[in-house]
Amino acid sequence: MSLLDIRQARKSFGALCVTDNVELDVKEGEIHALIGPNGAGKSCLIGEITGELALDAGEVHFGGERVDRLPVHARAQRGLKRAYQVPQFFSSFTAAGNVALARVACTRTGWSAWRRPRMDDASVFLRQVGLESVAQRPSASLGHGEKRQLELAMAFAGEPKLLLLDEPLAGLGPGDSERMVGLLRSMRGRYAMLLVEHDMEAVFTLADRISVLVAGRIIASGTAVEIRANPEVRAAYLGEGH
Amino acid sequence: MRTRLIIVAVLFAVALFVPLLGQPYYTKLAVRMAVFALAAMSLDLIVGYAGLVSFGHAAFFGLGCYAAGVLPMVGVQNFVVVFAVAALAAALIGLVTGAISLRASGLYFIFITLAFAQMVFYVAQGMRPLSGDDGFRLPAPTLLGGLRLTDPHVLLYLMLAILALAAGISYRVTQSRFGQVVQAARDNAMKLSAIGLPAYPYRLALYTYACALAGIAGAAYANLTEFVAPNTMSWVVSGELLFMVILGTAGTLFGAIIGAVVFVGLEQILSSYTEYWLFPLGVILVLRVLVLKR
Repeated sequence: MSLLDIRQARKSFGALCVTDNVELDVKEGEIHALIGPNGAGKSCLIGEITGELALDAGEVHFGGERVDRLPVHARAQRGLKRAYQVPQFFSSFTAAGNVALARVACTRTGWSAWRRPRMDDASVFLRQVGLESVAQRPSASLGHGEKRQLELAMAFAGEPKLLLLDEPLAGLGPGDSERMVGLLRSMRGRYAMLLVEHDMEAVFTLADRISVLVAGRIIASGTAVEIRANPEVRAAYLGEGH
Repeated sequence: MRTRLIIVAVLFAVALFVPLLGQPYYTKLAVRMAVFALAAMSLDLIVGYAGLVSFGHAAFFGLGCYAAGVLPMVGVQNFVVVFAVAALAAALIGLVTGAISLRASGLYFIFITLAFAQMVFYVAQGMRPLSGDDGFRLPAPTLLGGLRLTDPHVLLYLMLAILALAAGISYRVTQSRFGQVVQAARDNAMKLSAIGLPAYPYRLALYTYACALAGIAGAAYANLTEFVAPNTMSWVVSGELLFMVILGTAGTLFGAIIGAVVFVGLEQILSSYTEYWLFPLGVILVLRVLVLKR
């Protein structure tokens, strides 16, 4: 059975249909890449899965439960954790403080008005992404690559079942990019991932399956080999500069 | 934070010896500072920590005043009961109005809190049995054992104890998981939801707690002035409380105590020189905002 199952999802903004009868599933432990040209509706689809965007029609099932009417935080509590295209974090906190908050959310101890967040817990996840040396730095002062790593550490700290990664390589230099791909590869099998990414090399390295979204519609879905060979995909997407 | 804590500690130490001057005027002034310090500190929890500018905090302060003024009419003067009712009344109205106000944020939150405070103000103004707009003399003081809280010496030591306790607890709350969640909501509410925590109930809990503290300050204020009137709830008082928070730097908790002491002190000094004392106070606020570091 699929971990995430999107059925006949539809979403329009006025006349613009950003999600057009999308059917998509992510299996346990699978890395599923979502590719497509700019404006295809990839980020919107991520938002519809997390609940930040409401669907006009269709269903989202996660872990066997229908979640498309649940608010964002309730879906996150069930193990849907995301990283944003532009890294989002709590800018007045240190790196460790950010991860500690993700732990507070995960352990549901936010109502404790006396106990402090556990910082020792946080360091485990910072080490996982290679940020232990900047644990005490204010998060706002981190470099762009470090912010991406921090967001990933927060997602890991939330004990995700499915990671929704919106362009985790965007804006990273070659070194940082390689490190990120290595990190994601090392997490293969531990968490299922839905990966939106423009870097085709990374997608073909990481993904078990690839779906291609063009103008709100999934035009193809399959393994890397199948997608590379698909003429429709080549015309619609891979042809553009690849 | 450390410097502010030292300044506050020194202010406390000085306040402890004010009654030795033997001049009730100074003791009353110190009480006034302590009362507004508590109210301003509670407002700073909302403004500085939750990141929501409330322009109606005086309503909860005023509710505390009315609790201390009305309860003696039915024979209740016991300190524990009066202050608990003041806190609970403010907390209850805070919970109900906060539940609605916190649906909004930014400018709309400012307007809604102001609107609710004005509603409370006009209700108090319209209450004929309580002399409406004119207000009424405190019928009887709140009693702590055999001591009258209208005695400024008693009230000073009581308020210093309450303020120290409230500051200590509030500081710990801001450091706690709950307090950190509220501050995270201020930084990035969208991200907070994405990690699995809704901002709303945490904000509402903090708002309610802050309103309760303002209610306690109000009950003390009624004993200080021995008078209860709707103007304690007016938007002018809400504005003054914001003034104190900004003077002491929002989001620093102890800063609000310093801000209140400076504000009340300046008010006394400047008003003895000129009846236009609000003017220099305004200049000071402008200067303070211009040099604000954070």
